[in-house]
Amino acid sequence: MRFLRLLLPLPLMLGISVQAQSPTYGLGRTPSAEEIRAWDISISPTGEELPAGSGSVGEGSQLYLEKACAGCHGTTGTGGPAPRLVKRDAGPDAGPWALGRVLPIRAPYATAVWDFINRGMPLYQEGTLSADEVYALTAYLLFLNDVVEEGTVLDAQSLPKVEMPNRDTWAPLPEWWRPGMSRLPSYPY
Amino acid sequence: MGSKRSDRREFLKRGVALAGGVTLGAAAKSASGQLEGPEAFIQGTDELVGYGKRSSYVTSVRIPHGGRASPDTFGLDFHIAAPLQDSVGVITPSSLHYMGTTRGSFVPDIDPEKHRLMIHGMVDNPLVFTMEELKRLPSVTRMHFIECAGNRANRRHRTVQETHGMTSCAEWTGVLLSTLLKEAGVQDGGDWIVAEGVENVVGASSIHMAKAMDDCIVCYGMNGEAVRPQQGFPLRLLVPGFEGILNVKWLRRIKVVDQFYMTYNDYGHLRQDSDDAALGMQIGPKSVITYPSGGQQLPGRGFYEVSGLAWSGGGAVARVEVTTDGGRSWVDAEIRGTAHPMAHTRFTFNWEWDGQECELQSRCTDVLGSVQPSRAQAIEYWTQRGQPARVKGQDNSIQPWRVESDGSVHNAIS
Repeated sequence: MRFLRLLLPLPLMLGISVQAQSPTYGLGRTPSAEEIRAWDISISPTGEELPAGSGSVGEGSQLYLEKACAGCHGTTGTGGPAPRLVKRDAGPDAGPWALGRVLPIRAPYATAVWDFINRGMPLYQEGTLSADEVYALTAYLLFLNDVVEEGTVLDAQSLPKVEMPNRDTWAPLPEWWRPGMSRLPSYPY
Repeated sequence: MGSKRSDRREFLKRGVALAGGVTLGAAAKSASGQLEGPEAFIQGTDELVGYGKRSSYVTSVRIPHGGRASPDTFGLDFHIAAPLQDSVGVITPSSLHYMGTTRGSFVPDIDPEKHRLMIHGMVDNPLVFTMEELKRLPSVTRMHFIECAGNRANRRHRTVQETHGMTSCAEWTGVLLSTLLKEAGVQDGGDWIVAEGVENVVGASSIHMAKAMDDCIVCYGMNGEAVRPQQGFPLRLLVPGFEGILNVKWLRRIKVVDQFYMTYNDYGHLRQDSDDAALGMQIGPKSVITYPSGGQQLPGRGFYEVSGLAWSGGGAVARVEVTTDGGRSWVDAEIRGTAHPMAHTRFTFNWEWDGQECELQSRCTDVLGSVQPSRAQAIEYWTQRGQPARVKGQDNSIQPWRVESDGSVHNAIS
């Protein structure tokens, strides 16, 4: 065995094909790169799908009124029928989980705030905001929650670098899970 | 009506004469001519011939769940609970299947001719499928429950619809997600997928590749017909045994990625505690007695078939036990039909009620050996480990129903 391992590259030893897998059924068509780009609105924590464009806190504060965000979320980010957008006052030493279920403070990554606004807002007109507008609104909401300074301008490079207070204090889904396992092996129930 | 009756009598007489008086019973009935008939008839219409509907005497309906209106002030649907108290068997009728949307949503009205499913990201061959192409691929048909993370009973709930109505079970038909992922060719490092729908908020969930390649189904069929619009027509993802929000409806895109994406639905269910995250992802062994259950009334002492539903995200239900004395003694219930993996399973128990106040409970054990705990057992497990006194993750604790001596049935969560 040791002798073989010296001779063969590891993938061959394990019987793994290093060739690209080829389709079995040959159904479906190949989308164009443009088509994929148009549909691909999921923004990863590293922000690689973020589009070009930029927006400032100041522009965001204007858009917050112009785009009728204030109508549902309240002029100060609270008090409307839609979820609040400013953190609760929980004292100076409060951790991020004590500040309420508020997207622009609880989200571990600023990219999640951008993604959420881009795909889900405003109500009835989802998907109508330009990239510049989403950057600006993200900047404004992060400013309202003391995450960024008033002069901040966000774009595809700076947004993923914003340090959210909840970045390291959330629980990831279990990556150890495999089919046939109980939901938490140490737990009898 | 009178002439119809006499025609029928004539027919029966002739029938008896022709058959030569085969059975005494039939002859006696025809001679009396006094059989109780239906009081009314349902007029045949093109609509009813085309697509039937239930009796006007059957009035079981879904209700908004969790204190938020559906539809709400914006006209969005949020959470709607199934009437489990009226359920028989294990299939939830499509019209009564529970419904959950991410943060409230309109139900998309999608032309299946125009609908597409795109698979892309870390794959060798990105692919776009039409509905027709998906239906040409090898299919599976499986029974599976779906349960919402919000299916959490409390003592203010009155009925089983309120305590447990955010779960339902259907027969789902579609293509295994693994078939589609293999067709596209997942690249090394593609450890997660992001599945995305087309509702107004474009809800999206991150799912680990180990689950995606195991038993997830891209479904176009539900209970023998097309998936209903409220359930994701024309296409939804089924993630058997995992929390409801992962079962993305109106599915249009699957992206293979290298990490958990913290996308729309993921943020909505973000947890602080890793035990909560694990215990919320896969559903534990769970059961509830649906008859007799809260709000129902037993007419008097005597025989009753106690009946309920059991399920587990860990696989098939292996055993269900019932107690009628508040948990002091347990006896095995009968499993009715086949216990399918990650599917509602009907159990029954023959019971002679003596008319005294008592407490009914059921307890499920799944094929992995995990046992449904009482609320006290689950809490004790965590407090013994220095954790807060609460049931972590998806609440699968035992539901107690108190039967009072007047036959009324009440939620007995204290």
